[in-house]
Amino acid sequence: MPNYTLNIRRYSPESGEPAHWEKFEVEMEGHRPVLDAILYARNKVDGSIGIRCSCQAAICGSCGVRINGNPALACNTLLRDAVATAEDGITIDIEPMGNMPVIKDLIVDMDAVHWKKVQRVVPWLIPAGEPPEREYVVPHEAMVDVTQTMACIHCGVCVSDCLSMEADPDFVGPAASAKAYRFVGDPRDAATKDRLVHLAEDPSGIYDCTHCFKCVEVCPKGVAPMNQIMRLRRRATGDFQIKDRNNGYRHEKAFVNIIEKWGTLHEAKLLPDSYGEGLLGKLNPEAQKNLIGSAPTAIRGVLSGKVAPIKVLHHHKLPDQKKVKDIYEKIHGRDERIELNLYIVGEDADALEESAAVAVTEEGTS
Amino acid sequence: MTVGIISKIHPVRSHSNAAQGGINAALNPDDSWESHAFDTVKGSDYLGDQDAIAIMCSEAPEEILHLEHLGVTFHRNDKGLLGTRAFGGASAARTYYVADITGQAILHVLYEQMLKYDDKIDRYEEWFTVGLAIDDDGRCTGAIMRNIRDGAIEVFRAKTVILATGGSGQIYKPTTNALVCTADGMAMAYRSGAALMDMEMIQYHPTTLLGNGLLITEGARGEGAHLYNAAGERFMEKYAPNKMELASRDVVSRAEQTEINEGRGFPDGSVHLDVTVVPKKRIHEALREIVMVGRDFAGIDITKEPIPIRPGQHYIMGGIKTDVDGRTDIPGLYAAGEVACVSVHGGNRLGANSLLDTLIFGKRSGAHAAGVAKSMNMPSVADSQADDVRNEIQAIIARDKSGGRRVSDIKDELGEMMNDKVAVYRDEEGLKSALEVVKRLQEESKTAWIDDAGTIFNQDVLGAIELGYMLDIAETIVMGAIERKESRGAQFRTDYPERNDEEWLKHIDIKLKDGTPTIEYSPVTITQWQPQERTY
Repeated sequence: MPNYTLNIRRYSPESGEPAHWEKFEVEMEGHRPVLDAILYARNKVDGSIGIRCSCQAAICGSCGVRINGNPALACNTLLRDAVATAEDGITIDIEPMGNMPVIKDLIVDMDAVHWKKVQRVVPWLIPAGEPPEREYVVPHEAMVDVTQTMACIHCGVCVSDCLSMEADPDFVGPAASAKAYRFVGDPRDAATKDRLVHLAEDPSGIYDCTHCFKCVEVCPKGVAPMNQIMRLRRRATGDFQIKDRNNGYRHEKAFVNIIEKWGTLHEAKLLPDSYGEGLLGKLNPEAQKNLIGSAPTAIRGVLSGKVAPIKVLHHHKLPDQKKVKDIYEKIHGRDERIELNLYIVGEDADALEESAAVAVTEEGTS
Repeated sequence: MTVGIISKIHPVRSHSNAAQGGINAALNPDDSWESHAFDTVKGSDYLGDQDAIAIMCSEAPEEILHLEHLGVTFHRNDKGLLGTRAFGGASAARTYYVADITGQAILHVLYEQMLKYDDKIDRYEEWFTVGLAIDDDGRCTGAIMRNIRDGAIEVFRAKTVILATGGSGQIYKPTTNALVCTADGMAMAYRSGAALMDMEMIQYHPTTLLGNGLLITEGARGEGAHLYNAAGERFMEKYAPNKMELASRDVVSRAEQTEINEGRGFPDGSVHLDVTVVPKKRIHEALREIVMVGRDFAGIDITKEPIPIRPGQHYIMGGIKTDVDGRTDIPGLYAAGEVACVSVHGGNRLGANSLLDTLIFGKRSGAHAAGVAKSMNMPSVADSQADDVRNEIQAIIARDKSGGRRVSDIKDELGEMMNDKVAVYRDEEGLKSALEVVKRLQEESKTAWIDDAGTIFNQDVLGAIELGYMLDIAETIVMGAIERKESRGAQFRTDYPERNDEEWLKHIDIKLKDGTPTIEYSPVTITQWQPQERTY
């Protein structure tokens, strides 16, 4: 049987000692999960190793940790996969999740961060008036669609490595945003617009996400939190035209317009255009403040050779810009927005062929 | 009046999450609660109490609608109405579901409601119950708790207490049950003098993953999946020609075990569950969790390959004896869900009836307990009870590590032994030796030691307390299995292979009397369905 070295980050607030690493040798089949190895160490070597765990089947969401620096559930990460990402090919580093205070060893305080953020999105259904005598009649697709976010097990793995949250600890974050979509996407909920206004106007709301894709990559349940954030934005802007004080609406509009016109991102135009098109945008006091604020970044870019000054002023169109225009025309020509939900159709070839049949169409303003 | 919810783990981590397939209710106009009730009675092998079953099945439709109104994202048919899937032992497709995460969806929506009523409900998350407070009149007046986060012991006074602590699966190894399912509520009630009922009735689920014992939902067979032996035969033809793979769980589990025991299983000791016959799009939509379980835990693409499975410990039909309002033998103490035995499941629970049992009798317990609480004053609990618990915990921590065994070693031996001797097929010899082992382990547990001496998140010391709970309950399981000299539902005695209604159509109650487990009998309530031969 293969031998694995677990290198566990230990911390006991009672001991008075700082956090440190401790190694445990475990002999175990490679197809067993990392959690089994941790529990082996706890049951046979040191019963004081702290880790929350319960179902061992990736459904209770207790055992989120960082494995070789990557957030994951210990119960559904196999030893052979974990060791493949080990720096020395044998030692598996296991440490508590990030963005949350550590209570003991691998146990973090989810109440202080994650559950507080969940409470911020008013996490319960707000139906209109009294319920019907029977069930609410809602489309099959809509229920399948929100089941993707219902599948969230609140393990905190996406919260652990959210870059935006690292920069802004107040950011509502991937998991709570997915929870918000669970109601925004639910046709039975009557507070859709209020929810979206709230999320858009919140200075640490949906426009705080920087699209790094980390949460999509690490989510053990396919919830794809960032995709839900993007869908919340599309609902807020496309369906409700919510012009938020964070300028998310205009920023997105500017972004789309620039790509339509140039084919690639014209960084120098994006910021002023996010405050209004043309001269109006440039003269906007907020825009000026931001432009001045971004000057050092721009200068650093020029000095390091990453940005050519000529390109800042003179942005070239793509050689085949016509093709980009064609895409825009095709999309604008549609009666309604189509949301392709890969959660439902899967990602393999034959499932994608069926995708037209199950693509979720979202209703317009309600 | 205030309500406090106390849980040793965060509530959304609870094991109701694991109920994958769905929840039964006769809600379709062409279905009837009587049909649901009959299926449940037959499924129970006539050991279920028919008055309680009638209540559960007749209140089921309303409960589904209530959950739907609260926000559970139940599957809809193409008309946008609630849709159903087929499930085992049922004469109609009456299982309502959310993909294969029904329990999770319901649990999370109920937690949403708890957050909504935050000002009315006090939540104590990550508090461990060490014992019940019982006053001189024998009334339950609260509980003694340990705050897992800082180790503080507190007395919680209560006019009424409802146990909703779930099952006891960790007595077995492997099991589909989570690590938290350690019989806490059953043991605390039993130690306080409440009767346990039908403890021998342990359900083995027909489809658990070979190796680690993970659950593969009955919904897979509900969606049309087949079972095959190594010769490629759909062996259920021999055992249940009408219902095939959708016979009652005890029937299918026994069939599989027979195939394996008689050499028709695969060399690794499994039979195969073939989901590939289900359309791929339907698998992705309705069996998503199982796709992930196959991929993550077995390295199998279930849309292309069969799944090696075998029967595995899953559920206990027995539990704390209650009436239809959740009342136990102890005034002020209620129980609901897997911890309780009303009994609606008798000798064998139908799939998708466990969430229903929990919800219906949970609600009834709550209503009754609230009614009682309204008309009484808050009782007092002597602080000495907390001191006793503090001393007990200190004593565990102080145990000498040079002698005795590790707590975890004893737990492992218990689990493996129970899965060997108190499983699908049982006999007197095996059961008697099982009882001897349990008694020896009980002795050994008194000196069993742990490593962690801390107060913050000392999970080690909780493990020692849980081991004590499990050993007490294991003893009652084995005693019940020895006592019942017949084969009914999940109890199959190779030395008494027939059902014997004349002598054993009765419940077996086990109670602690002067510290000694004592067996009594109580009658089964039969209303309109007389016992018949049970075939599928």
